[in-house]
Amino acid sequence: MSAYPDRLSRRRLLGGLLALAAGAALPAFPAQARADGILTREVPATGEALPLVGLGSWITFNVGDDPLLLEECTAVMAAFFAGGGRMIDSSPMYGTSQATIGHGLATLEAADRVYAADKVWTSNPAEGPAQIATSRRDWGVPRFDLLQVHNLLAWETNLATLQGMKAAGELRHIGITTSHGRRHDTLERIMRQADIDFVQLTYNIVDREAEQRLLPLARERGLGVIANRPFQRKRLIRRLASEPLPGWAAEIGAESWAQVILKFIVSHPAVSCAIPATTRVDHVRENLAAAREPLPDAALRRRMAAHVRAL
Amino acid sequence: MSEWWSYRPGDLLMISLRVYERLFVLHNQALWPGQWLALALGAGLLLALWRPGPARWRLAMAGLAAAWVFVAWAFLWQRYAPLNWGIRYLVPFFGLQALLLLATVLGRGARFSTSARGASRGLGLGLVTYAVFGHPLTAWLHGRGLAGAEVIGLTPDPLAIATLGVAVLVRPARRGWALLAIPALWCLTSAVTLQLLGASGAWLPLAAVAIAVAARLLPAGRP
Repeated sequence: MSAYPDRLSRRRLLGGLLALAAGAALPAFPAQARADGILTREVPATGEALPLVGLGSWITFNVGDDPLLLEECTAVMAAFFAGGGRMIDSSPMYGTSQATIGHGLATLEAADRVYAADKVWTSNPAEGPAQIATSRRDWGVPRFDLLQVHNLLAWETNLATLQGMKAAGELRHIGITTSHGRRHDTLERIMRQADIDFVQLTYNIVDREAEQRLLPLARERGLGVIANRPFQRKRLIRRLASEPLPGWAAEIGAESWAQVILKFIVSHPAVSCAIPATTRVDHVRENLAAAREPLPDAALRRRMAAHVRAL
Repeated sequence: MSEWWSYRPGDLLMISLRVYERLFVLHNQALWPGQWLALALGAGLLLALWRPGPARWRLAMAGLAAAWVFVAWAFLWQRYAPLNWGIRYLVPFFGLQALLLLATVLGRGARFSTSARGASRGLGLGLVTYAVFGHPLTAWLHGRGLAGAEVIGLTPDPLAIATLGVAVLVRPARRGWALLAIPALWCLTSAVTLQLLGASGAWLPLAAVAIAVAARLLPAGRP
């Protein structure tokens, strides 16, 4: 699903140059290094600094009440917080993932360290408040930092619920999500019209459609961007696993394909955070290490994308 | 979620293979030593089908119906549905299957009706035998050991396969086809799930459906 054609026409080249010029005029959200070396980027709406790598929970944290697997997920969360991570993202759609996060937060006494990002996922907006209350109890947090309308489901009315909660001080940020590159036209319309703080969408080194309109629009509108499916749910990593790391990987301090992919994502100036999911402590450390200097510049990003596209 | 048709089947999976396998381990731990009772009841079902009679037939069908209700509640609703919300939509089908089984022995027109002969009978009994004694051993094939064995009456796959065997044995044909539909649907669901999870043995429930359908299509043997 690459956004880039195999052959670069003159028309596309001119269009790209115009987009580049327009991009230069957009507000900059530079990554800033914290004392521990983890790079952060400010949430445009509030200026809060978030680490560039977060933690997803789709599938990986859906472990039910299995004590062994709950323990493993807690270990992943412990490594995540120890490595400087903050944002954990979940949804009522993800089975028992919210309760798993709640178990980890309670065990680690980390409710004050997490940036709690969740979603409302219902086609009946009247159920939204009750669903959100259940989600909050599962997490065991006093309030969510971010609530998003999941996959644009009944988005007008669900978004109104979230806006009301934000106005009442019951949550800090609101947003809307899509994935797999779906309904970008609707998402663009919402980004232009609605009062939101974040969008979540699929963006990685091969799924780059968002670069065309959505990421520049997010910068223009001052919206944070959360990049989901950074590894295409392992498919991208498996596809690249047999390929040697290119020489430029060392230039950005990437020691694995996972780090190459994450550094590509979070080096886009519009991206606030990527949210890879994992069940392994070594992987969460590897992912967080990608949120350190150096990040690729625009020229290297183009080489990276071209290299992966050619594989 | 909209645009369901544009998702790959794998995108809709909500659990990992490890979690799926651990489901059976935890289920067995919770019900231990109920596995022995379930195997004994499974052997009783096989005996009732091997040497059928009206009283045995009624008992076997009632026991099988009870197993569909128990598996729907104890495994699907209590254990699997919290991990995969799609499962809750399958639970009513398990209840319907229980009613269909009871309908073979209750109500007007109900009668003892296992009259399959020849190859059909052999295939039907073979499916039930596999479900009771063979399927639990496939836990080794999946690499999870007997702690994760799927036992008839406690978990859906062997129950569905055994019911496919019963559906092969039942006459008249329309009653057999009616009993076959829901177990076949579950076996197809199970095969797709195993395939998407990358588990070995996805072909087993598919093979059971193929055998049951083939056996049902065979001409009835002479009594």
